[in-house]
Amino acid sequence: MYRYDEFDAQFVAERVEQFRYQVARRLAGELTEDEFKPLRLMNGLYLQLHAYMLRIAVPYGTLSSKQLRKLGQIARKYDKGYGHFTTRTNLQLNWPKLVDVPDILAELASVEMHCIQTSGNCIRNVTADQFAGATAEEMEDPRPLCEIIRQWSTRHPEFTFLARKFKIAVGATEHDRAALQYHDMAVQVVRNAEGRTGYLVMAGGGMGRTPYVAHVMREFVEREDILAYLEAVLRVYNEDSRRDNIHKQRIKILINAIGPEEMRRRVAREFEEIKASGTLQLPQDELDRIKTYFAPPEFEKLPDVSSQFEVAQQRDADFANWVMTNVAKHKQPGYAIATISLKPVGGVPGDATSDQMEALADLMDEFGFDEVRVSHEQNLVLPHVKKRDLPAVYARLKALGVATPNAGLITDIIACPGLDYCDLANARSIPVAQDIARRFENLQRQHDIGELKIKISGCINACGHHHAGHIGILGVDKKGVEYYQLQLGGSGAEDASIGDIMGPGFGRHEIANAVERVVDHYLKVRLDGERFLDTYRRVGMEPFKNVAYLEQLYAAY
Amino acid sequence: MAAAPKLPQMITANRLRDGEVVWWKAGHWVERIEQGSVYEDPKAAAAALTEAQVFVTDRVVVNPYLFEVRVTDGRIKPASERELIRAAGPTVRHDLGKQSCPTLESFDVSL
Repeated sequence: MYRYDEFDAQFVAERVEQFRYQVARRLAGELTEDEFKPLRLMNGLYLQLHAYMLRIAVPYGTLSSKQLRKLGQIARKYDKGYGHFTTRTNLQLNWPKLVDVPDILAELASVEMHCIQTSGNCIRNVTADQFAGATAEEMEDPRPLCEIIRQWSTRHPEFTFLARKFKIAVGATEHDRAALQYHDMAVQVVRNAEGRTGYLVMAGGGMGRTPYVAHVMREFVEREDILAYLEAVLRVYNEDSRRDNIHKQRIKILINAIGPEEMRRRVAREFEEIKASGTLQLPQDELDRIKTYFAPPEFEKLPDVSSQFEVAQQRDADFANWVMTNVAKHKQPGYAIATISLKPVGGVPGDATSDQMEALADLMDEFGFDEVRVSHEQNLVLPHVKKRDLPAVYARLKALGVATPNAGLITDIIACPGLDYCDLANARSIPVAQDIARRFENLQRQHDIGELKIKISGCINACGHHHAGHIGILGVDKKGVEYYQLQLGGSGAEDASIGDIMGPGFGRHEIANAVERVVDHYLKVRLDGERFLDTYRRVGMEPFKNVAYLEQLYAAY
Repeated sequence: MAAAPKLPQMITANRLRDGEVVWWKAGHWVERIEQGSVYEDPKAAAAALTEAQVFVTDRVVVNPYLFEVRVTDGRIKPASERELIRAAGPTVRHDLGKQSCPTLESFDVSL
């Protein structure tokens, strides 16, 4: 994985000391809260419902064992012994003290981590496919480009004070695991008709109060031009976006106001100008240098079939179930990709304890795993596991409580922190996720239902990606009481779509019942091979709506 | 102008140094809601808020504000779920926040 060079190390170290000084000045009264707030946000520090919250960047979701161990240690020493992995593949600490944050940042810097650009109106932490560098489906590992984007966007003088935050994702497969089309800007590695590798660029996707699926800006950008093109999109956004209305400041609003065609024209004009100046061409030797950091580990030459692995599946039904959903095909024979579920039934989606983080780091060292990934679905992924090691790895994960066999199933729910933690939330998300997961705990039933993505947000900002859920749930506040709107038919994958709102919301104790009735109806009317999403797209909202409101008495408004 | 609130009010804020949720008690800040002052009279509440604001300048707290509570048989209960959760802690982790310390005799945390 990427290692800091002297410039990175110096910059991050300086930023720590700068923030230490800013905190001291705040405590000494030299800075007011209004003056201090933008400075703390630039370092990922929020003030939430119960306490401060520190958002730690995990660039493109990649962590070494050393980093994961450090995160566990920091959470124990400075927080309450756990952290929360988010849909931006970051880690949030929910209870840090302001006076401790400079020390936390120093500890993070010691393992090449920081909280820079995890907040504020700047280019945020770049995300990627959690299977990057391991899946056979991809054109190439998207992470070298992620790292280049990270370096280009970090403290970019022109884009430090954008109208609003700006999120970028990079993928390199046709099957989209990174919700590309829901990003302000997304890059997909593609090959053109001549067989040359380059990039497809999309922009204008987003969730929040006005959800949009991204538009293609350009089908093919040459490799050396990618930064020039991305800069052109950002420049048009920076110049032309509305700054007068907080609800209209994202690039999605601009593109949909002027139309994608006009946006493409404006971007093309800027692109030609930047290209002509010749300052942003990506040098091949620099790309090659960055690529070496992401070289795959030295794979052993192994037969693709491992007898230990096969026998273990026959002997242990629990292991076989875990393999069925949590193990994916690797590009290297004899290897596999393993998803570590952070969705135990009844647990908090995305939470990991210090003990779990440290034990996972130990496991990584023991089995020679160089890295672990964070997925936007709030799980962790071991990208390169020898198939013959899978039974032993599974046993260890099971002992740690992170071997729930539910990746991609109905209990693998995305949920934002919601009103249990978040200052912006209108309603709780986590207890709703827990109720639904318990309702569908039976694994046979989960398998029968198949792929079904439930995503829950506690407010319209949509951190829980409810617009992209096959079943999406949005918490709303009605006179101080929580209600939940149901949305059906969303997708964050390559077949991206925005979920349709069913109608009036459901009460807190009614929402899991409504979801269950919707799912039961799907099981009744689905055709062979249809996922929930396919059935919904075929039959539409009406039949589901007819069953969801069975208990009209409880329907809210 | 907004209608005057009908329910009694309290004042809450976050402590600057560590973020701890605190409540106003006639001249200082306390860490538990049941120890805070309850103002039946909106004018008295507004006056107390002005007094509490001084502690922002003095760098003790951040963002003090008024919120509504109900008091039944001496037990305080915030009117909104948000303030209930703030006063108790996450409903999904009873070992965290104020609720982890079992001295809630005069505070109703039920949602």
